[in-house]
Amino acid sequence: MSDTLQKTEQRPSVPLRTPQLPRIAPLLVAVIALAVGGLVTVVAGSGLVALSVVAWLVFVIGLSVWALAVEGRRKATDRLITSLVWSTFVIAMVPLVAVTWEVISKGHAALSADFFTNDMVGVLGETNRLTGDPGGIKHALVGTLMITATATLISVPVGVMAAIYLVEYGKKNRLSRVLTFLVDVMTGIPSIVAGLFAFSLLTLMFGPAYRSGFGGSLALSVLMMPIVVRATEEMLKLVPDELREASYALGVPKWRTIVKVVLPTAFGGIATGVTLAIARVAGETAPLLIIAGSTTVTNWNVFSDRMMTLPVFIYSSVTQGGKYAAIQEERAWGAALVLVVIVMTLNLIARLLGKIFSPKTGR
Amino acid sequence: MAKSIDVSDVNIYYGDFLAVEGVNMSIRARAVTAFIGPSGCGKSTVLRSLNRMHEVIPGARVEGKIVVDGHDLYGAGVDPVAVRRQIGMVFQRPNPFPTMSIYDNVLAGNKLNSKRMKRSEADDIVEKSLRGANLWNEVKDRLGKPGMGLSGGQQQRLCIARAIAVEPEVLLMDEPCSALDPISTAAIEDLIHELKSDYTIVIVTHNMQQAARVSDETGFFNLKATGEPGRLVEFNPTTKMFANPDDPATEAYISGRFG
Repeated sequence: MSDTLQKTEQRPSVPLRTPQLPRIAPLLVAVIALAVGGLVTVVAGSGLVALSVVAWLVFVIGLSVWALAVEGRRKATDRLITSLVWSTFVIAMVPLVAVTWEVISKGHAALSADFFTNDMVGVLGETNRLTGDPGGIKHALVGTLMITATATLISVPVGVMAAIYLVEYGKKNRLSRVLTFLVDVMTGIPSIVAGLFAFSLLTLMFGPAYRSGFGGSLALSVLMMPIVVRATEEMLKLVPDELREASYALGVPKWRTIVKVVLPTAFGGIATGVTLAIARVAGETAPLLIIAGSTTVTNWNVFSDRMMTLPVFIYSSVTQGGKYAAIQEERAWGAALVLVVIVMTLNLIARLLGKIFSPKTGR
Repeated sequence: MAKSIDVSDVNIYYGDFLAVEGVNMSIRARAVTAFIGPSGCGKSTVLRSLNRMHEVIPGARVEGKIVVDGHDLYGAGVDPVAVRRQIGMVFQRPNPFPTMSIYDNVLAGNKLNSKRMKRSEADDIVEKSLRGANLWNEVKDRLGKPGMGLSGGQQQRLCIARAIAVEPEVLLMDEPCSALDPISTAAIEDLIHELKSDYTIVIVTHNMQQAARVSDETGFFNLKATGEPGRLVEFNPTTKMFANPDDPATEAYISGRFG
């Protein structure tokens, strides 16, 4: 006992406390950096960009040097990298916040009950010449919902079943490798090409000048399908083989195992992937412009006649110009806000589905 | 309902790789047969070939005869699904279905095959199987809760309940206790003793004390040499195997001089 005591006394004690910057140090440096930036801006008479660049440089260098002087190299590196990581995060957030702010601030004025219940038939400028109702986006909203829903109906069964083939049946055989490659290629198809595909296909079948919402759905499902296949594939791969084996060992045939064990286990992830795929195509413009066309009438039938969609509505309103450019632009921003809200809602639904259907432990 | 299994001249392959060579043995009905041996010698492979689970792995195949009740499992026209309905299996890691409650997990074998039954009938099967697996008293008040919420040992007993709910002839267990603590292991060993009266049980284990405790007969598997296929070295009653083995390699393995 005394031996060990002596030993501990002999060993040089390692200091556990090292000098540290005060907790408010980053804040302090930030304030000083902003002040320096402001001063430079006033003296040189430059704008906001210069101010933030100067302030950022002063902050990063100042904090690192101070930390180096007081805390040592390791902590100084830590502070430097931390500042850089935060800076890139802020830079990444700037466009997102700016776009959201822009859309909300310019779009909210256009929103009203009439905006959702009226279409643009006979509307020139403010109101309908005959009824006096203000114009709205009913036709575009209906078109977007119908076309996207039809595209989902087409691509989800095909995509999910293709993924089931790839993961469960075609385990790394030649066909499944070729299919996987083609799906990867399809992911990169420009949307305008998908539009041209639907356009030429339907023109061949139904003659020239054919326009319909269904064509738009076809084009969108060309874009959706690879996303659905990919998402489903990844989710199915995550289902452990042990569950499949457990099911086989109970004498359950393969197809029942897939339908009743594998798919339910992966359902949350698949639903999330599908919802994200819908959100991804809901904002497509180019293919719809080609094949679904542009109109002022509310059309509930996807299989005949032109159909307006929100992105195309935004496009045509902004590019119309002329005497009523101002009111048209306001409507475009309103439609943009509605579109953003739809996409965000879909994303939230995706998260919710993922949460609801993930396997529970019940603890 | 228990049945014996006769294995003759069985070679088991993974693709071109011969994993186990020339296995001959006969597994008695209403008895516990243990497979022991070092890792990678093919114990689990042989076990999985007994209910055609081996071929689930791409490229895997079996040569030779495995005869249960006069039927060759690998004969022409034999449906592997029908084989697995008669020969149940419990795996190394507990694998209850995560989307199902405890109740549904026990009934999985029936429900997944869309067997129609009355509520009271289903309740009876659940209670009987859970009692059979020594789990009833622990879970009877929370049958609707997810099976994943149970402890590891309870999950493994749930998997055993699930396997005996379809009333198989034979129960295969692939290292059922290797992921469990000693208390859960003891619970499962007790259970194996009880199940012996109704089922033919084959168990793979790394734990020689466990083999000595639970089994009536033991098969010792070993590799001829590194890179060579595994083979059955000795198959004897457990008492003989652990007291006076025929093969010197068995004695060396059991006494801990190698392996």
